[in-house]
Order: sequence, then C-alpha cells, then structure tokens
Amino acid sequence: MKFLRKIFDNAHEKLNANEKTKKFFPLVDAFDTLMFTPNHVTSKGSHIRDAIDLKRTMMLVILALVPCLLFGIYNTGYQHYRVLGEDASFLEMIMKGAWVVLPLVIVSYSSGLFVEFIFAIRNGHSVQEGFLVSGMLIPLCMPADVPLWMVAIATIFAVVIGKEVFGGTGMNILNVALTARAFLFFAHPTKMSGNEVWVTGFSEMKGEGLVDASSGATALGDLASTLSVSTSDPIATSVSQNFEGTFSLMNSFLGFIPGSVGETSALMCLIGAGILLWTGIASWRIIISFFIGGFVMASILNAVGGNVYFELPAIHQLMLGGFMFGMVFMATDPVTASHTNTGKFIYGFLGGFLGILIRMVNPAYPEGVMLAILIANVFAPLIDHMVIQSNINRRLKRLKTA
Amino acid sequence: MKISVRKGLDINLKGEAEKILAESKDPQFIAIKPTDFSGLVPKLLVKEGDTVKCGSPVFCDKYNDQINYVSPISGKVQEIVRGEKRRILAVTIESDGKMDQLTLKPKDLAKLDANEVKSELMTAGLWPFFRMRPIDIVAIPSDTPKSIFISGFDSHPLAPDFDFIMKDKSAEFNAGLEVISKLTSGNINLQLRSDASEVFTKATNVVINTVSGPHPAGNVGVQIHEIDTLNKGEVVWYINPQDVMVIGRYALTGAYDVSKVIAVGGSNISERKYYKTISGAPVKSILNEKAIDDNSRIISGNVLTGDRVDLDGFLGFYHHQISVIPEGNTYKFFLKDGWLSPGFNSFSASRAYPSWLMPKSKNYNIDTNLNGEERAFVVSGQYEKVFPFDIYPVQLLKSIITNDIEKMENLGIYEVSPEDFALCEFVCTSKVNLQKIVRDGLDLIYKECM
Repeated sequence: MKFLRKIFDNAHEKLNANEKTKKFFPLVDAFDTLMFTPNHVTSKGSHIRDAIDLKRTMMLVILALVPCLLFGIYNTGYQHYRVLGEDASFLEMIMKGAWVVLPLVIVSYSSGLFVEFIFAIRNGHSVQEGFLVSGMLIPLCMPADVPLWMVAIATIFAVVIGKEVFGGTGMNILNVALTARAFLFFAHPTKMSGNEVWVTGFSEMKGEGLVDASSGATALGDLASTLSVSTSDPIATSVSQNFEGTFSLMNSFLGFIPGSVGETSALMCLIGAGILLWTGIASWRIIISFFIGGFVMASILNAVGGNVYFELPAIHQLMLGGFMFGMVFMATDPVTASHTNTGKFIYGFLGGFLGILIRMVNPAYPEGVMLAILIANVFAPLIDHMVIQSNINRRLKRLKTA
Repeated sequence: MKISVRKGLDINLKGEAEKILAESKDPQFIAIKPTDFSGLVPKLLVKEGDTVKCGSPVFCDKYNDQINYVSPISGKVQEIVRGEKRRILAVTIESDGKMDQLTLKPKDLAKLDANEVKSELMTAGLWPFFRMRPIDIVAIPSDTPKSIFISGFDSHPLAPDFDFIMKDKSAEFNAGLEVISKLTSGNINLQLRSDASEVFTKATNVVINTVSGPHPAGNVGVQIHEIDTLNKGEVVWYINPQDVMVIGRYALTGAYDVSKVIAVGGSNISERKYYKTISGAPVKSILNEKAIDDNSRIISGNVLTGDRVDLDGFLGFYHHQISVIPEGNTYKFFLKDGWLSPGFNSFSASRAYPSWLMPKSKNYNIDTNLNGEERAFVVSGQYEKVFPFDIYPVQLLKSIITNDIEKMENLGIYEVSPEDFALCEFVCTSKVNLQKIVRDGLDLIYKECM
C-alpha cells in the first residue's frame, strides 16, 4: 500500500504548494480518506476513540441495500419479459435489468457527488459521507423507465435544496432521497406514476400493440381504480382476480410485481432490516413502530371495508408499494428522524399510520408512504421538542419539591 | 442504598497493572501546576530561588486568597514556567532531599467547628482536594454542600484498585473522614463495589452505598445523580479516597504528606506496577524510560479523561494512574485495518465491528488514532447508551455550542461534568470533542450564573 500512500502524499504536497490549487484539497482528500483512515490522533478529551466512523456506518447501510438492488435488477428484467410474453433465461433477465438499473445508479451517484464536491471545495470542508447512501436510495425508489436526465436533475435538486442549503450532511430536515423522488413526482408526474412507467420498455411494447394497459400497472394503481366502485363491479372483480394471481401475497412478499426498482420485494427489505438491526445502525424503535402504525391504519380501513382496496388484508397491504422499503431505509435516516428514543416511537408510528392513510384514502397518491415519511420528517423536531420539554418539566418539578 | 448502573461501557485495555507495590525514585524536583485546577487564577507567593518546606504556600487563589496551594517537598523554587500572556503553567521546586515539614504537630481538628476546620484546611493547602459539583472546580469554601461524595472505586480503563492501594490504611482514612464530616450537615456518601475491602466497609462517619454496573459507575457524577440529584442552586463536594488519607495524616501528625500510590499500566510499557510516589512528581522518576515502547503516548490519569504528558512531564494533582498507550499517528489502509476492515482487533461499542460478539473479557490494544474525521452529529441514540443520566446529551451539547444558557440550565448542565461525557466522546461516530464543549459550557455558566 506504500505506493498508493506515496501517490496521495505527493498529490497533497503539490496541491498545497500553490495557493490556487489549495482549494481543491477536499477532492484529493476525499479519495485519500476513502483508501486510508487518516493518521489524525486525539488532541483533546478522550485519548482513545471507538473504531466506528461515519464511513463504516454508511457503508453498512449500502450493504443492507445490496439485496434490494440485486433483486431490483432481476425483477426489472423479469417484469419486462413477463409483459412482453417472451420466455427468457435468468441471465437474460439480469442482463436486461442491469442494462436499465445500473445507469440509474451511475447517474445518481455522479450527479450527487458532483454537487457534493462543488460544495466541499466552495466551503472548504471535506466531502461528507451522507450522499453515499442517498445516491443508492435514489435509483432504488425510481420507476425503471424514468429518463436519466430526470434522475440527474432530481438528484441535484435534492442535494442542493434538500441538504446543502441547510448546511450539508447532518443538517437536513427532509430525507434527501425522498426529496428527489417527491421532486420528480410533482414535476414530472407522467414519468413517475400511472400504468405505463413501471415495466421497462412498456411504452415501446404498447406502440407495437403487444400489451393491454392494465398489465403494466402496479398493485396500488390497480387498487386505486376500485376505490369508487362497489365490490361487484367488473373492474373490481378483475382486480380481485389479480390479487389472487400476479399480486398474490406471496408474489408481493417476494417482490415479483411491478413497482419502483428496489422497493418491490418485502423479503429483500427485511433482509436489509436484518443487517441494519444486527449491526445496530438503524433504530429498531422506528422500524417496529412504523410497521405497527401502518398495520393499525390498514386494519382500521379494513374494518371499514366497502371496496376491494379496503378489504385487502392489512398484512398484504403492507407488502405493497414502498411501505417496507420506506420503513427500513427511509424512515430510519437518523438525521431526519426524531433524535430522542421516545420520539422515535411516535415518529415511526406517525409515518406508518399516515403512509397507509394517504395511500388508501386518496387514490391520487398511491405512493403515500413517500409523502408520509416527508411529513413525519417535518414533525420530527416538534416530537423531539415535546419529549425534551417533558424532561425539562421533570427537572423543574424536582427543583420545586426539593 | 444499592445502585445499579445499566447504561455504560467497560473498555478492557491490554496492560493492567500487576498488584506489586514498588517505590519510585525520590524525585529530584516536582511541579505544582495551576493548570491542574480548572478555572484557577493563581497568585504567586514565592520567587525563584526561595526556600520552601513541605506545606509552604507556593501560590494561592487570586479570588479567594485563603486557599493555599503548597509545596509537597522541601527545597528551593527552581523555575516559574509561564506560557502565553505570562500565564503560570507550573512552579517547579528542586528537592533538598530532606522533606522538612513546616509544622509537625498533631491537629485536634475534631474539636473545631466547621469554619475553623475550613480555614485550617485552606491554610494547610488541603482544600484543593475538595471539588464541587456543579461546575467541577475546586470547592468554594463559603458554600455549604448538601452532601459529600467519595467514590471508593475507579471504573475507568486500567484504573488502580483502591482496595489494594488502601490496604491497612484504616486509621488515616477514618481520621480524614472525621475531619470531612465537619464540613457538611448532610451525609458523606461512600460508594463501593459489593466486594470492597474492610478499609472501606468499616469506614466511620459515612453512608455506604453499593454500586453495580459498567463504567461510569465509579464516577461521582453518576453516583450523585442516583443518590442525591443536584438541582440548580445546590452544591455537593467530592474527594478522592487517597486524598482523604492526606487529610487524615495531617490530622494525625500535622504533616503535609501527599505521597500516594499510583497504578502504571497500558500496552506500551513493560513494567506495569503500582508505584508509591508523591503528587506533582516528574514522570521520569516513576517510569523506567527503557520500559516504554517507541511512539507511545504517556497520559497522566486514565485514557478517557487524563492529560497528555511527555517524559519530562509531571503527575497531575488529582491523578492516581499513568497510562502508556500506542500513538496512532499512522495511516490505516481501509481494507486492512481502516474503516472497511473486518476489524477483529478493533474495539467498538457499536455493533458495526465484531467486538460485540467477542467474550467480554477480551482485552484490546487501542491506539490514539481518531479512527475517522470530525463530522456533524449524524447518528442519534448513540450517547444515550453509555450515558446513565436522565439528561438528553446531544441536546445539552447543542445548547452549549449555541451558548444558550437558559437551555443549558433546563437540560441539566448543573448535574454533569466533562468526565461524565468521556464515554459519549469515546463512542461518538462523528468524533466530536465533547469534553471540551462541556468544559466551555460550565465555564460560561460559572461566569454568568454563579
């Protein structure tokens, strides 16, 4: 590793020698610290420090996302050939999926890191690790056929407006990846919702007259169309049939359904959750309360009943759309979630509860979970404030009785 | 009272001191450092070249000139070391090898009332052993503490075993406790592990509490929080057990004798023993230079809260151990031993490294590398796992960073001291220097509110 070390030392020396190039130090530093934990020693306070740092923390989250990514690649190919009606080998599906998904990942990382580097150079700080996770989350919560330029714009918007204007990593109010998704959802709804964007190559296939429109829809899109009709309506019956076939509980759990790239498989999300909880990176408080919140709301609406959507069993409801993905990877973002342990229970419950409420009661927003987590993000400081205020009151009360 | 501390963390370092008592070399000279006393502004009472005896005042507190800081040896004032803005960093005294005492008359302190005891202790230079909470500075004599705390064990990494140090010292310890009992109308709370030796369990004038649980169970801050929580406006004092013996010796003989036993440990020194030495002794008189590995950091005190010293440095006033650990000033390749390594030999309180799967008894060799770079607060809920207070640590720290005094008070700054945040600082993913932040906050509170 000595030659690598030498290259970096040389680069630092050359950069620092010139006043003009000095400001590009963060650029080299970012790669240096990626390859080597720096030789910084403790100067104040505790002389020894825990082995953990932000890079490892973030890398573990990325590791937890890998099952979702891999399955997403496969499922993108699988859905394509399913709708096309062609038989394809496993390898062909992977190739097709990779061809679609990897560019999304590359565009997301390159555009986001580009912004991060600019801000690091401008503000003279080192490149912080926050985007490593956001950069992976963004492609995974997009439909496979979203144009690449949109991904780039959404990522840049999310990093600049969602994060850097607040002061960078650790200072943002809204989850960066969801900000990117919400931006596209409202700015380019035709590419982010409806029945035609979820299966890659769908619009071309349709042009060739190959498919009927419903086979590209997501489970939630299908369900939303039944909201205003009674259970005996022909639309409703056809959708109900779908939920015994394509969208069966097993298929939704395993993820062989159309949807955003990485979110379809509840199983893969749970594997990710397992990694995050095993390593203690994500808060179990948020994950559990989020699940309970969603389950409670789904059960309530299930008890109300009256149409196919509401009568879908609660547990099946939670396997659909981005609920599991949002629960495991989005809601648990430590910066935008509640910071207090008590607050995390409230925050998680609120997120899950609202997610299902928005999704089921307002058919225009089948992706209620995205909006619900953003709303919960906004409420998180308020929740923390109340929790802390009760601590303060306890202290004041003790003072009075003492 | 039985207390069990649930939150916390025991850091098992390699290189615990063996229970062998050795005499250190007689120091050629010693140093009294005003910097050992947080916030102290010293007023010099000697000049270079003056002769002093054991117990002669060297400087006093400028704002409370009754509190003397006295010489632990007899000899001649060698040098007054000054730093920036002529701030006094240390006064060094050259030993004449005689250890002449200023007075040698047993003091019948038991007959005096509180104020007389106080002025006696202040004149004799024994006052600085008392420190107070809140603020964590030398006790203010005009305060009346609601209780006095003595922690009978130290739970820091590589900490000395007080039971070993204090063996057969009951007479001095109890004599000291008798004097101290004059200073408060409340209790003297002595906190012990359940297996403490007789010196402690048979101590007089005290209320004994047993504490179980990991570090920081031995910190008085935690003990005060559990036993007699501080409110705004209240004061408690605390003192180390060995320092109680110094007061005891003074009461019994009239001598200012600050000899103490310290533990020398750490993976980078091969002679790991207990040494009998005196407060302010040079490190060189205690450690054998040849037993220390190259590229070591020598710390007066423990690895979490101690002061960095070099071979020419001195033992701190309140310290009863010296730790020698490897300096971590090398780059670590990310896959080998850096941030993405499997890390079987790295220690982490988090579960991101496999150390949590290892047996609890495994000892680690931790160097002084920061293991990362300073970042904004990102991870939440991390400090709370090692912080056994009913306080929200991150929010308190943020209120300190923003100089919001009202928030600090509301969030409980009166209940904490920097050392209580040492473990939070250790586990911090973002590598923020928390103890410094808390110290600054307490200094601000002292200036503005007390």
